[in-house]
Amino acid sequence: MPTPMRYIDEYRDPGLARKLLDEIRRKATRRWTIMEICGGQTHSILRNGLDQLLPESIELVHGPGCPVCVTPLESIERALAIAAREEVIFTSFGDMLRVPGNAKDLFMVRSTGGDVRIVFSPLDALQIARDNPSKEVVFFAVGFETTAPANAMVVWQAAREGRENFSVLVSQVMVPPAMRTILSSPGNRVQGFLAAGHVCAVMGYEEYEPVAREFHVPIVPTGFEPVDLLAGILKTVELLEEGRAEVVNRYGRVVSREGNPVAREIMAKVFEVIDRPWRGIGMIPDSGLGLREAFARFDAEKKFHVSNICARESPLCMSGSVLQGMLKPDGCPAFAKECTPAHPLGATMVSSEGACAAYYNYHTTVS
Amino acid sequence: MTIAPTCPTPIMQHETVQMAHGAGGRLSQVIMQRVFMPHLSNAFLDLLDDQAKLDLPSGRTAFTTDTYVVSPVFFPGGNIGELAVNGTVNDLAVGGARPLYLSAGFVLEEGLLLAELETIVRSMAEAARRAGVMIVTGDTKVVGKGQCDRIFINTSGIGVIREGVDLSCRNLKAGDSIILSGTVGDHGMAIMTSREGLSFHSRITSDCAALNGMIASMLDELPCAIHAMRDPTRGGVAATLNELASSSSVGIEIHESTIPVKPDVRGACELLGIDPLHVANEGKLVVAVAADNAKQALDLIRSFDLGRDAVIIGSVVDDHPDMVVMRTLYGSRRIIDLPLGEQLPRIC
Repeated sequence: MPTPMRYIDEYRDPGLARKLLDEIRRKATRRWTIMEICGGQTHSILRNGLDQLLPESIELVHGPGCPVCVTPLESIERALAIAAREEVIFTSFGDMLRVPGNAKDLFMVRSTGGDVRIVFSPLDALQIARDNPSKEVVFFAVGFETTAPANAMVVWQAAREGRENFSVLVSQVMVPPAMRTILSSPGNRVQGFLAAGHVCAVMGYEEYEPVAREFHVPIVPTGFEPVDLLAGILKTVELLEEGRAEVVNRYGRVVSREGNPVAREIMAKVFEVIDRPWRGIGMIPDSGLGLREAFARFDAEKKFHVSNICARESPLCMSGSVLQGMLKPDGCPAFAKECTPAHPLGATMVSSEGACAAYYNYHTTVS
Repeated sequence: MTIAPTCPTPIMQHETVQMAHGAGGRLSQVIMQRVFMPHLSNAFLDLLDDQAKLDLPSGRTAFTTDTYVVSPVFFPGGNIGELAVNGTVNDLAVGGARPLYLSAGFVLEEGLLLAELETIVRSMAEAARRAGVMIVTGDTKVVGKGQCDRIFINTSGIGVIREGVDLSCRNLKAGDSIILSGTVGDHGMAIMTSREGLSFHSRITSDCAALNGMIASMLDELPCAIHAMRDPTRGGVAATLNELASSSSVGIEIHESTIPVKPDVRGACELLGIDPLHVANEGKLVVAVAADNAKQALDLIRSFDLGRDAVIIGSVVDDHPDMVVMRTLYGSRRIIDLPLGEQLPRIC
């Protein structure tokens, strides 16, 4: 029997989950399509089989909030080019190492002599730079608003100590512009959102209020444990049933309306809002973060002259439609055929948080 | 030319492994006499022949080999030496064999501290003594700095299978109970949390242990009811259950609420986004046993210190052949698949 773990097991309580499911069943009088934004939420829903337990009238579609999935192919190719250089120690979060570029991934670069290291924090990468002054240390700064503050902090620290052998390859993206893109699409089916709890922990939820008003959708900041997710779904269903397009927080133990002001301040000091391409979706205006001019010397793209590297997606991969909630992973013709976690055609099949990988791992037919 | 009496003689006392220690010359003898023989000495090894000549008891012979390259070499709860003995002992024992003799081949990196090598060899001797096996032949090679990671060890083992015992991963039958002998993920998380770069500290220790004593008791009491046994090492319990299901063309259903995980291991797995079922163990057993004898087998396993946390985690079913399915805490079902490869901590 697992020993109870505080702040986790309360939110995994099967009895509480059952009550919430009953309540959702009671409240839902018609079909609703709800998108969970974050890949961590998708993973938890499928891992715990919550989709099997919800009434048929509630359809969950899986959103674009998997940082590994939306990092564009050209960023991966640029990472591979930099990591292969003799003078470079390339550092990254673990799950970026298996993301395929056109022909290889970072593991393959490592196997052919590249110095590629997994770090658990960008500050570890800076420490590697301090310890190896004759090497160029590069950190792959990917992710949403969740990773942006720590990634900003490491650049700020590097600047403060005048660290010349450190740079970051930035591929930071933001949630609200992606939500607007999804809601503006002619094929959109999403009627309500579970906003990504940890993104909201940093940014707060004030910035979602105009989105809710403009597109007339309820948005509910939601956590990641089964009870959190079911409470978020229940609140979204209630708002939908009552026709209320509001933002209501269901992750109160972590999220406040204004977010984390210290984290937002360091982000604003180091990064500025720029246009960013999203893997599978394409360019979304004002959806990304890039280094401000004052920190340009820490930009690995400029330092290693890789901005001209471009890349083309596999024509078979439909991850763009999956990431926008227009297609379920198992609706893709290549799913579990040409495309598996061992041979992924797109990043949604790579990351543990990718919708396609989650479907493959947890959702393949159980008779 | 005469050698001047002041000419320096070669250094014979080293603190680290030198290339010459593996060259078969005088320094090879020094490392044998100073490091290996004091700990491993026995009637077979002392002959220093190129081979051990063994008389085996009657019965079928089991033979296995494994190579150990764990990093770090010293980890909480053990080191590469005892892992190399226990791992091979367990590979023999889960096939129903009584482990008897082991070989040990060492690949040493130039510059390895001889004191560290001695600690490792001493651990091997102690592990062999505890498991009741003898290391009867061996070999040492030295490679240049950077050509291996301090020390690699290969051990091969021979054991004899008792009459009437037929353990095989092809033997699972619908209705069998699946017993897990204790908590999952201890070894893998002990290694992962002690690796460089992970800036948190834990009290997790490896479960590295020889299982042959416990297994022998089970086969004494229930020689026919035990259908299969595996030690869930790399790939964890998930990989072992998948191998059993596909080898026997049956389904396995397990219950999430029954899986024992130590709090520290669980915490580390939660932080890193890793499923404890995918994490390696080095002193655990997965047993498929006839349902009628499951309670007896469980009580027996629990009577050993190594098996005190044993539980029945599920059963073999006719449904979904080749597939392992977990009943979640919420009553839903999900597939437990083989892990793809290295466990990768996720971004957020």
